[in-house]
Amino acid sequence: MHVLPYLVAAYVFLIGCYGLATSRNLIHAVGCLAVCQSATYVLLLAVGYRDGATAPVFSDIAPGSRPVVDPVVQALTLTDVVVGATVTALLLALTVQISKRHGTVDPDELRELRG
Amino acid sequence: MTRRARLWLVLLGGAGLAALLAAACLRLPAFGGARHPYGDRAVAAALARRTANTIASVNFDQRAFDTMGEMSILFAAVLGCVVLLRQARDEHRDPPRPAEVAAPVRRYALLTLPVALVTGLYVIAHGQLSPGGGFQGGVVAATSLHLMYLGADYAALERVRPVEAYEITDALSASAYLVLGFAGVLAGAAFLANTLLPLGTFNTLSSGGVVPLLNAAIGMEVACAVVVLLARFLDQAVEIEEESGE
Amino acid sequence: MADAVIVLTLLAVAGCATAAVVNRDPARQALVLAVLGTVLAVLFTVLQAPDVGLSQLAVGSALTPLLIMLTVRKVRRRSAAPKDGRQ
Repeated sequence: MHVLPYLVAAYVFLIGCYGLATSRNLIHAVGCLAVCQSATYVLLLAVGYRDGATAPVFSDIAPGSRPVVDPVVQALTLTDVVVGATVTALLLALTVQISKRHGTVDPDELRELRG
Repeated sequence: MTRRARLWLVLLGGAGLAALLAAACLRLPAFGGARHPYGDRAVAAALARRTANTIASVNFDQRAFDTMGEMSILFAAVLGCVVLLRQARDEHRDPPRPAEVAAPVRRYALLTLPVALVTGLYVIAHGQLSPGGGFQGGVVAATSLHLMYLGADYAALERVRPVEAYEITDALSASAYLVLGFAGVLAGAAFLANTLLPLGTFNTLSSGGVVPLLNAAIGMEVACAVVVLLARFLDQAVEIEEESGE
Repeated sequence: MADAVIVLTLLAVAGCATAAVVNRDPARQALVLAVLGTVLAVLFTVLQAPDVGLSQLAVGSALTPLLIMLTVRKVRRRSAAPKDGRQ
């Protein structure tokens, strides 16, 4: 239990990398990159967790009455999620352009086109 | 390099990386530990500025400058998508014909659209009090507009969503964040310093000084950015056709 | 009790991530990514991060799969039409 979340994060990252390297379709590769990004969310939030603590929101609990989990890593993860989505959008736009210019989204075929 | 050689290279590199990651995981502080020095200080600082949602305080007060960087990334990515997905010279627009929508789908979509929109705006407005904020509410509000496409058709969606207006609002809200930052400088404090406005009463809508304003600016920016992004992708997928006769 | 829920959702995340990588068809992968986004949102809620969970629910299970689906549609429509883009 003490290391399981970290190991899951590492596993998700590695399986995403494997998918990226063996992908035959650029759209699929972008999806694999999204999987890699989700590994970082799991790692960050796992670092900030505290046993028996509650969320760092004080609108319904009195400050100091209960321990709270680390809000700094949660803010980092929030940034991470939004930036991840925009990176995905930009890469998909590039994929649309590649498909227009070269008529394929298979990275191997694209390499052959380059010669 | 052949596919087989590449696969071996990936497996070799992956095995090395996996070993290093596993070794690192074993030395990390145990999951669920009680020592969070940065977290404790961030909570104390948020309470001192009377912001109930500590994450909003971290994002829009303690790390407001980093959020500005993130906003610039968002803005640049949307700009890149707009440039990449514009209508090229050898393409033309072919408006899709209105399709028949099943009556239950239409009713459900038109019923949920206002509810989803109001939920998105509520989540933005209460960002400094309860879980949520500009980032989450902006995405909800922006995607809710697209229920119009499910409930009616593409032409109806384009009527409730003039893309140029959203592009301009996107830029305006990005500049609003900057202006709020410089207002801190003019008031004699630092860039994006939370000293401009009274801190208000803890756990009310106007608490936290400048946090609700920055939160609203980010909410508008995210909502407009998502609308513009989806509009560009929808245009490409639904409307823009290549010239068939060369 | 909380520990058991965390372990279960962690394993679900690992399983969904594997499924998302193994599905080679991008349209299906988009659906699996939507499931992965939802499971991640549950995990974040269990880890006491409701802000991140909301954000992940909106972005990971709606926005990203939608963008992938639209790209798939665009690319498929292109390859269904006769190829004249390549000079």
